[in-house]
Amino acid sequence: MADTALTAPLRSPLSHVADRLAAATRSSEGAIRLAELPFLAQLNVRLDAKGAAAAAVGLALDLQLPLQPNTVVRAGESTALWLGPDEWLLVGPPGSERDLESRIREAAGDEHVSVTDVSAQRTTLLVTGPRAHDLLAHGCPLDLHPRAFGSGRCAQTTLGRTQVVLVARDEPRAGFWVLVRSTFAGYLADWLLDAATEYR
Amino acid sequence: MLLIPCPWCGPRDEAEFHYGGQAHVPYPENPASLSDEDWARYLFFRDNPKGPFAERWSHSAGCRRWFNAVRDTSTNEILTVYRTGEERPAAVESRPVISQPGPVTSQPSSAEPARPAFEDEALSGPKRGSGGGSPQDGTGRGGGGAASISGSAAGQPFRHTTRGRVDRETPLTFTFDGTEYQGYRGDTLASALLANGVIQAGTSIKLGRPRGIFSAGVEEPNAVIQIEEPFPEPMLPATTVELYDGLVATSLPGQGRLATDPDPARYDAVHAHCDLLIVGAGPAGLAAAAAAARSGARVILADDQPELGGSLLGTAQHLDWIREVTEQLDAAPEVRVLPRTTVFGYYDDNHLLAVERRTNHLGADAPENVSRERVWRIRARRVVLATGAHERSLAFANNDRPGVMLASSARTHVNRHGVLPGRHAVVFTTNDSAYEAALDLASAGLAIAAIVDTRPEPGEWAERARAAGIEVLPGHAVTGTEGGEARLTAVTVAPYGESAGRREFAADLLLVSGGWNPVAHLFSQCGGKLRHDETLGSFVPDACRQAVEVAGSASGALDPATVLAQGAAAGARAVEAEGYTTEAPRLPEVPAQPRPTPPMHVYVVPGDTDGPAFVDLQRDVTVDDLARATGAGLRSVEHTKRYTTAGTANDQGKTSGVLASGVVAELLGVDISALGTTTFRPPYMPVSFAALAGRDRGVLSDPVRTTAIHEWHVAHGALFENVGQWKRPWYYPQAGEDMEAAVLRECAATRESVGFMDASTLGKIDVQGPDAGVFLDRLYTNMMSTLKVGMIRYGVMCRPDGMVFDDGTVIRVAPERFLVTTTTGNAAAVLDWMEEWHQTEWPELKVHCTSVTEQWATVALVGPKSREVLGSLAPQLAVANDDFPFMAWRETSVAGIEARVCRISFSGELAFEINVSPWQGLALWEAVYEAGAPYGITPYGTETMHVLRAEKGYPIIGQDTDGTVTPQDLGMSWVVSKKKPDFVGKRSYARADTSRPDRKHLVGLLPEDPGTFLPEGTHLIADGVLPAPPVPMLGHVTSSYRSAALGRTFALALIKGGRDRIGERLYAPVGDQLVPVTVASPVLYDPEGARRDG
Repeated sequence: MADTALTAPLRSPLSHVADRLAAATRSSEGAIRLAELPFLAQLNVRLDAKGAAAAAVGLALDLQLPLQPNTVVRAGESTALWLGPDEWLLVGPPGSERDLESRIREAAGDEHVSVTDVSAQRTTLLVTGPRAHDLLAHGCPLDLHPRAFGSGRCAQTTLGRTQVVLVARDEPRAGFWVLVRSTFAGYLADWLLDAATEYR
Repeated sequence: MLLIPCPWCGPRDEAEFHYGGQAHVPYPENPASLSDEDWARYLFFRDNPKGPFAERWSHSAGCRRWFNAVRDTSTNEILTVYRTGEERPAAVESRPVISQPGPVTSQPSSAEPARPAFEDEALSGPKRGSGGGSPQDGTGRGGGGAASISGSAAGQPFRHTTRGRVDRETPLTFTFDGTEYQGYRGDTLASALLANGVIQAGTSIKLGRPRGIFSAGVEEPNAVIQIEEPFPEPMLPATTVELYDGLVATSLPGQGRLATDPDPARYDAVHAHCDLLIVGAGPAGLAAAAAAARSGARVILADDQPELGGSLLGTAQHLDWIREVTEQLDAAPEVRVLPRTTVFGYYDDNHLLAVERRTNHLGADAPENVSRERVWRIRARRVVLATGAHERSLAFANNDRPGVMLASSARTHVNRHGVLPGRHAVVFTTNDSAYEAALDLASAGLAIAAIVDTRPEPGEWAERARAAGIEVLPGHAVTGTEGGEARLTAVTVAPYGESAGRREFAADLLLVSGGWNPVAHLFSQCGGKLRHDETLGSFVPDACRQAVEVAGSASGALDPATVLAQGAAAGARAVEAEGYTTEAPRLPEVPAQPRPTPPMHVYVVPGDTDGPAFVDLQRDVTVDDLARATGAGLRSVEHTKRYTTAGTANDQGKTSGVLASGVVAELLGVDISALGTTTFRPPYMPVSFAALAGRDRGVLSDPVRTTAIHEWHVAHGALFENVGQWKRPWYYPQAGEDMEAAVLRECAATRESVGFMDASTLGKIDVQGPDAGVFLDRLYTNMMSTLKVGMIRYGVMCRPDGMVFDDGTVIRVAPERFLVTTTTGNAAAVLDWMEEWHQTEWPELKVHCTSVTEQWATVALVGPKSREVLGSLAPQLAVANDDFPFMAWRETSVAGIEARVCRISFSGELAFEINVSPWQGLALWEAVYEAGAPYGITPYGTETMHVLRAEKGYPIIGQDTDGTVTPQDLGMSWVVSKKKPDFVGKRSYARADTSRPDRKHLVGLLPEDPGTFLPEGTHLIADGVLPAPPVPMLGHVTSSYRSAALGRTFALALIKGGRDRIGERLYAPVGDQLVPVTVASPVLYDPEGARRDG
């Protein structure tokens, strides 16, 4: 519902901490970069990976849904994250959720495919810089070493005391996307800022 | 922390999973056909075997899939996992128990000596001390070595001028028990005190006896001190406190004091993963690291000291090699060296916890933005334990005087810190190792009056000592000590086991060596079994399920060449097992050693005793105390430990544990090998709560969830209530209002005109698919599949036992799509519940459930004027009752924002819930506030919501229910379908227990005095006179409020047979009074429902 004419400007879950994220980025002198990537289009897609719909949806999106657990596939401006054997999160540029949803539904035809707009369910934090691994390792039990969690990997796990979806960004050393439930985002931002105190 | 292999995501920490009980217990095909007994068996009975057990798990913080696992309930090992719907694999094997690799090196061949030689062995060392004179004169009487002691080094009379690794360019000032002293960077508090001639560092906990510095490390039982500044910290071994400028410490009477101010320092944690974790950077650990460093494997080397080298620093051997390996490790990109780090816990699946002391040693100079201590949570593919050995003491009379010290520790103080712990020493030993220490100490200027050896023929080491001019008394033992408060003055020696032939030596130091205990704590914690080693007279690691190897003296090896070789082999084996290629590291040359003589196993020194013989110094436990325990019939060291407290102090019996076992074995007349040790449990050493809490303190102690409108609530003075992790506005007090006044005002405004509330916290689940209706029919007690698109239905979910689990509304969005709302605190639980039934019982249903709680912000607009307010904001929406009936929903634009408006009510009033994107939630809220201004629109919080719903008798699940309440108990039989063949909970309503007439019913209560308020939880009784206990209870108050609409107090209560008691008078004991109350219908306001449509 974000792409229609609006009278009210959109407010993202972390708009109130944008200044603090920027300040922590500055004072780390390049060690860490923290920023919110607000309003990304996010669709939860459920379908039978072995069924006819999988291929049709892939064709319609020009992006094959990843079948390997905990991996992502990128094409153009869209990214598909594996969330489960029949579940994906499709992430696109802000405002594209309606278009993406209708393309999927059209491609699926009569197949049993569920599409749910979850663009506001989570917001996305960008965590990059040479110390990004170290920062996340303060609270994430996963092995984030490039050997174990390199480009093309994603995972649903915990960070601090909240659940997150982590995505290793594409280029080497490009850091992570941290997708977090919007109502936990304030907590997670406070947590990340506290952990980043060490790197200032 | 177990590592559980999710069939989809691979191994993940146990914390990401939920346990789901026994697997392969399917929901009965036709519950109605089961007897009550069979149904109860399904509901309540599960197997509980020892050994392999098939159970269900959900990867709840990951892919949310349910799967099955076979776990050995006796070892917690996950033997296999398989997907839901798959057959249990026929046979699964446990991880093998692996013995520590041979050859067992604790029995050195006769060609190999038992202890490292020291390179600067000084045959020109001190001449034999006379045994007389004042040991305290500080001028040195010991001959050649004495010249190297400076009597005036910064006023540190016991400071050695050349020995030690302290930084003499950096003097530090510190205060102990009110006296100011000087020390150097590189000192511990203990070594700095010794340098200043202070050895007594406290008094004992029970007997108040003076106690002195006993060791040079973490095993210290005596010198446990309190740091006062910069921040108070109790009970720290002075031997582990690195000296810093401005340190203020005091001695303790065995017990410390916690700080009363909050600790201002930062603490944190880091998760780390590696191919190989090496614990201990002594000769074995360094050799292991050197072997693994260049392989490319990810290696972590942790050591509790500030610099690498371990025991080699204490003996000042192979220092060049230490430097070489340290540089090599620093240069290896995948090797992480953690100095000042103690690995204190070893848990399942090679998960180890360590604490790193990062800025303690900087005192007031510690940077504020760096954590003071850090907990490392390490998951290692392989572990090498190179934790070394602790020297053991001996039990003889008055063995606790200040000046009694472990022999190797005295040597460590000299070589690490450049401190002589005394001037004139007697050495008391049962083994070779003390000779080497004595010779080194003599060369440093300590006068050795005699070496007292219990062995009748001490062999080549004794010859070497004699050659150096030291008197050796073979077949002798120390039988007692003399001394004052501050220090030992004399040692009494007699032939072993005899009281005749006593000799007395003047001495200020008695160096004891009763043998060596491998530090097997971590190995034991991880499930490893120990065995008794006859030669060593102690317990050594034997076999374990985890991927761990023990190297060096921790395995019982004491010969230096063997220690180094073992370490290198263990390091290489570990990383090779992970697929890396190694090359042999350079190891230092070990010079030839004297032929070793086997140690003698002595625990209690025989003979007459003139004083208490202490076993556990920190707990003041003596041989006599242990004799009382065995005399009382105790036959296990676990029992004598609890009876006497031996080994329970915060040193956890590091120097006394095996000694206590040995003493008890002697008392019982059994072999120590049959008795064993007490259980080693984490932590290996005390860890502060602050370090364990880390960052999870204060505002970060738990996530705080807030809605998109939160800032407005804060700005408008709301007080907040915690609901789950949410902060919800509780009420909005105006100037001068207390809670009661504010809530009465909010209630009145809402019932009389219009109020609004932030309802965004309600859980929301999108349910899609052709079978969505069937799915919801099975989960809700009422029918959902018949709901028409555009309409809303209230529903209740129950557990299979028939008890209410959650409630909420269900919206039919489209023919194959519903939106389910849950209570605020139960959103995640309801989604998990849906997934569990769908994935494990009904996988054939074509339906998908997705949480959309945060996809919506919800504003509840409530009251007779709500239609006007909505109408003004949504001009395209037909808001009249006929156009927009109760329990319908519409999509429209409200204040220019796309919205889904639902006509539902939780207050009995005309009401609308407006749902929009949370990105525009605040804008909607402000628009509603503005549009409602002409009607005096009033924001209200959870308290007013509770009052309004209670006036209507609407229960809150979790407040008016507690998991023992059925829908029928709540008076909601209407919500339980009679038409559906089955749904979760249905069969239970036919059980005798759920149809008892005396079940507790939800009813209203009206105190006879309309001003009397009943506290929630108040019990109810039948009579106006309190009978003698046990008092028959009829039920309790679940909700209690003051009602603006009723002009009085009222309550909801669960009362036995309550619906049949309406109109009856009952009594509520409140304080000393019995308050008379009348039972009423739970619906106290507008029972005919006239206000619903405005």
